[in-house]
Order: sequence, then C-alpha cells, then structure tokens
Amino acid sequence: MTTTTETSVLQARNLVKKYGNVTAINGADFDLRAGEVLAVVGDNGAGKSSLIKALAGALVPDAGEISMNGEKVNFRNTRDARAAGIETVYQDLAVIPALDIATNVFLGREVRRRGIMGTVFRRLDMPRMRAEASGHLADLKIGIKSVNQAVETLSGGQRQGVAVVRAAAFGRGVIIMDEPTAALGVKESGQVIDLIRSIRDRGIPVVLISHDMPHVFEVADRIHVHRLGKRAGVVNPRERTMSEVVALMTGAEQPSEAERAGGV
Amino acid sequence: MSSATTAGLSGSDLTRARVARILREPLLGPLAALIVAIIVFSVVSQTFLNPYNLSLILQQSVVVGILAIGQTLIILTSGIDLSIGSVAVLGTIVMAQQAGAGGPILALGATFIVCVVLGAVNGGLVTVLRLPPFIVTLGTFTAIQAATRLLAGSQTYQVPDGVLTLLGTSFRIGGFATTFGVVAMLLVYLFVWYALSQTAWGKHVYAVGGNITASKLSGIKSNRTLFSVYVVTGVIAAIAAWAALGRIPNADPNAYQTANLDTITAVVIGGTSLFGGRGSVIGTLIGTLIVGVLRNGLTQAGVDSLYQNIATGILVIVAVAVDQFARRRSA
Ligand SMILES: Nc1ncnc2c1ncn2[C@@H]1O[C@H](COP(=O)(O)OP(=O)(O)O)[C@@H](O)[C@H]1O
Ligand SMILES: [Mg+2]
Repeated sequence: MTTTTETSVLQARNLVKKYGNVTAINGADFDLRAGEVLAVVGDNGAGKSSLIKALAGALVPDAGEISMNGEKVNFRNTRDARAAGIETVYQDLAVIPALDIATNVFLGREVRRRGIMGTVFRRLDMPRMRAEASGHLADLKIGIKSVNQAVETLSGGQRQGVAVVRAAAFGRGVIIMDEPTAALGVKESGQVIDLIRSIRDRGIPVVLISHDMPHVFEVADRIHVHRLGKRAGVVNPRERTMSEVVALMTGAEQPSEAERAGGV
Repeated sequence: MSSATTAGLSGSDLTRARVARILREPLLGPLAALIVAIIVFSVVSQTFLNPYNLSLILQQSVVVGILAIGQTLIILTSGIDLSIGSVAVLGTIVMAQQAGAGGPILALGATFIVCVVLGAVNGGLVTVLRLPPFIVTLGTFTAIQAATRLLAGSQTYQVPDGVLTLLGTSFRIGGFATTFGVVAMLLVYLFVWYALSQTAWGKHVYAVGGNITASKLSGIKSNRTLFSVYVVTGVIAAIAAWAALGRIPNADPNAYQTANLDTITAVVIGGTSLFGGRGSVIGTLIGTLIVGVLRNGLTQAGVDSLYQNIATGILVIVAVAVDQFARRRSA
C-alpha cells in the first residue's frame, strides 16, 4: 500500500472517536489523492460527518493519525485545518443567520482597510469584502440580489450556496463538503456539481459526502464506502453499479479484497 | 446596483418596497416609543419640555446609559450581567476611599483595576468553567454587594472636587447646559458603536452570540471574544463609577440599587435581543433615554419611585415579549 501513502494529499489511519458510549468513528481509514473527487457514502449514522470533522479540525479524535502530503498533522481546531488549506462545508452549514452574506463569507478572516485606518483603527474593508463575495456568488450563479442581506432572509438553497462559496473561495489544499446538495433543488444541485468539477479542474481535490447516487456517479473519481464507523472499502465507480454501492453501504454485499484495502 | 435589481418595478412598487424596508428597521419601534413618551409627559407636565429639565434627563441618564453599553455587549453574546451595577458601586467606594489615601490619579487607577478584574472574573467563569452568565453574575452580584458594604462600613464617602468630579462639570452649548459626563457617555457610545459595526471584533461578538458552534467552526476564537466582552464591560463599569461621582460627589454603598434592572430595560427596549446576536448600541441609547424620560416624567407627575420601579419592571417584560414574538414570527 506504499503507493497509496505516497500520493495521499490527506490521509487518516485508525481514527477513533467516542461520544460517551456511542462510537462515532471506530478505527476509520481515509485516503484522498491529488486532484480527485472522492465521494464518501454511507448510511445515516455511519459516522461520515464525524470522520470529516476530524479531518477538518472540528473534532479531535481520541486515537489515530492524520497526515497531509505524508506529514503528520495535529489539528486542535478548525483554524489549524484552515491554515493547512482545508476548507469545509458542514452539514449544518455553520453560517450566522443574523449576519449579512459578505460578513458570513469572510467570517474569521476579515479583510481590513489599507493604511492607518486598518492597522491602527482596525476598520474592516466592507466594500472590498462585499465586492469579492458578490463575485464568488456570481461565479456559482447563485441568484442573490445583495450581499448586504442577512443570511436568514435566504432560502435553504441560497444559504447552502453561501456556505459552499465560502469554502470554494478560500480552499487551497482540500475542500470537504458534507451533503452540500441536501437542501437544494435540481437546478441548484447541478450548479454545486458543476462547481465541484471546476474546483477539481483548478487542481484542488474535493471530498463529497452525498446520498445522491446519480450525482456521486456523475462526479466522483473514487467512492469511499463508510459503514459502522469505519471505511468498508473504496470502489471505482466505473467498476461498480449504483445498486452494488448501496448494497456495500448496507452490508448486503461485501467489498473485494482490493477494495477493502482502499486501493483501486 | 439597486437600479438594476429593481428595474421593471413600477413607481408604487418601489415606494412600497421602500416603506417595507423602513418598517423592518429595528430602531423604528424604540424611536416611536421615545417620541410617544415625550409627547405624553409634555402634556401631563408643563415643566417637562423646558431645556433645564431636558438637560436634567440627560444627566440623570449618564450612569445607567454608560452601564447599558456594557450590558448591550454581554446581551449580544446571549449572556446577561446582573452584577454590572454593583461593580460600578464598588468602583465609587474604591475611588472615594483611595482619593483620601493616595490622591485622585491613584484612585482612578485603583477603580479601573478593580472593575476590570471583576469583569475578568465573570468572563473567566463564563468561558473557562462554561457556567451560565445568569448564575455567574447573580453570584458575583451578591458577593460584590456584600463586599462593598463591608468595605464601606455602612458609611458614605465624600470625594474632593477635581479630577474625580470632572465628569460632573457643566458647560453650555447655546442655551443648553450639559456636563462632561454626558459627553463621556456619548463618546463611549460612539466608540463601542464603531467597534461593533466596523471591526472584526464586533462581527465576532455578534457571531458568538448568534451561534457559538458555527462561530467556532468558522475559526473564531469564541472564548477569547467572550472573555474580552466581559473585560470591556469592566472598563465601562469603571467609567460609570467615575461619572457617578461627577454627578453626586458622595460614594454611597446603597446607591444605584435599580441601575442593573434599568440597564437591562434600556437594552431590551432598545431592540437588542435577549437571545443574543442581534441589536445595537444606538438602540440602547434610545432605550436609555426612554427609561430616563419615564423616570423623570413620572417624578414630575408626582409618582412615587416605587411605582416607577413597577412601571420599569412591566416595561422590560413587555419588551421581552415583543422580542420573543418577533423572533417567533421571523423563524
Ligand atoms: N456531538 C455528538 N454527540 C453525541 N453523539 C454524536 C455526536 N455527533 C455524532 N454522534 C453520533 O455518532 C454517530 C455518527 O454520526 P455522524 O457522524 O453524524 O454520521 P453520518 O454523518 O454518517 O450520518 C451517530 O450515532 C450520532 O448519533
Ligand atoms: Mg452526516
């Protein structure tokens, strides 16, 4: 498996995370290769969100190792992971409803004005943040009138768009999306899938957690099947059908030796 | 921008949209309440509207007005501070006692240190031990009030004229007399308004109060933000203590008993949500003036101060009910 190790942008081995007596991650492995879209599929409660939270610094695993480009990392919080270039769209979005769109997009990495207004008086450069946020939203073709609107005035799909735009705008190393199309209509989902492709075309690998098999098969280079808190296997969407992947998710079918080992 | 998005709308639609936007303005309600209160009291009392009385209302509002700024910050983080009034009262005692012992500059320094440390104690208990702010500040309120009485020995302390009574110094703009205390209050409002609306710190205060989990995931140092709010509130309490001695140069451990309720009332009727994450200090300034007008007007109308407390108590409950109703409707 040394070849897998060498080409992994983001890798995890034997992660464990317990919440009281619930084991959310139960010895999970994970491998993301350079420039790929890796789909992560699994039943509700399989531990997909917990796994990607560990990769994003949003939770600290009880045991196991995470490495980026072969080097061991210890993310204590999401700031550490962001600094390493990992951006995440969380399943519950992690936006602040009462704040406006531009502020949400730049939350935690605000841009200050140039010169003395910024350095001494700490004044934010709202015009610049608004302009950039508008640009990013337009790139994703999210129809939002004004980035001055509070996020709570948006529809579920538009909110999701804001969260996706925030990750896409800042992601340098890896972009992780936890069910980004769950609240979206057909058209908006299609736009997110297009966005995922365009991110990959920029050379940035994407981890996509999704229940939507047609989307997964449309965009994924490989599919990580998660079951009972760990990786059951990694399959090639050109070798497996949708119903086979569903059977692997539920345990009705067993992965091959190679798939179980994580290298296809 | 706006012309592009509203193109194709007729003139009356545009007007309707504009009216709807104005009606959604959160400061509209408080402003209307202030105007109604002023109209009512100017009808009830002949003397209410004269410049001397209006100037008095401002001066009477200074201590609560300054403390209410700290209360706004804490309520924005979805906390509440029951101790801020008692911190300021302790501040006045420390200031008056130290003025006798070491002079005015040392007295001011000691007051700021004591108030900031007490703010930090509240902040530490809320962030490090993750205790609810209501319980933390109820505990520190009780302890600080007792400590103040022990320190003062049920005495009051006169402060000498000078630096410590500076904020009571009056001056005239045109025919209108006012004090440095009023100016200081407005400056603190301006400063905190700027910090909340123009800096990253301010955005983080709103974010932490709105959704602390999302704030953490967004990379905000939520504990540091929360702690800083309590420390800033300590500084604000010290300024209020200074202003209090300017107004009445006599430190009394039993003074300002209703200040804490009044700050909460001012914040809530100023449109800041007790649930955190929404509101503004401009609203609080209007809320402070409403409380000031109410207390002054009721006094002018000959209403006993105990009835005034009943009125303020009812006002705060009504304001919270409105807030809750508005939230439910928007959710
Ligand atoms: N913060 C938490 N506290 C307690 N249990 C949790 C927490 N987060 C997740 N779990 C539990 O861990 C398991 C895996 O959840 P999750 O990672 O959200 O799965 P998935 O995203 O695959 O649906 C579930 O049983 C869930 O109830
Ligand atoms: Mg999930």
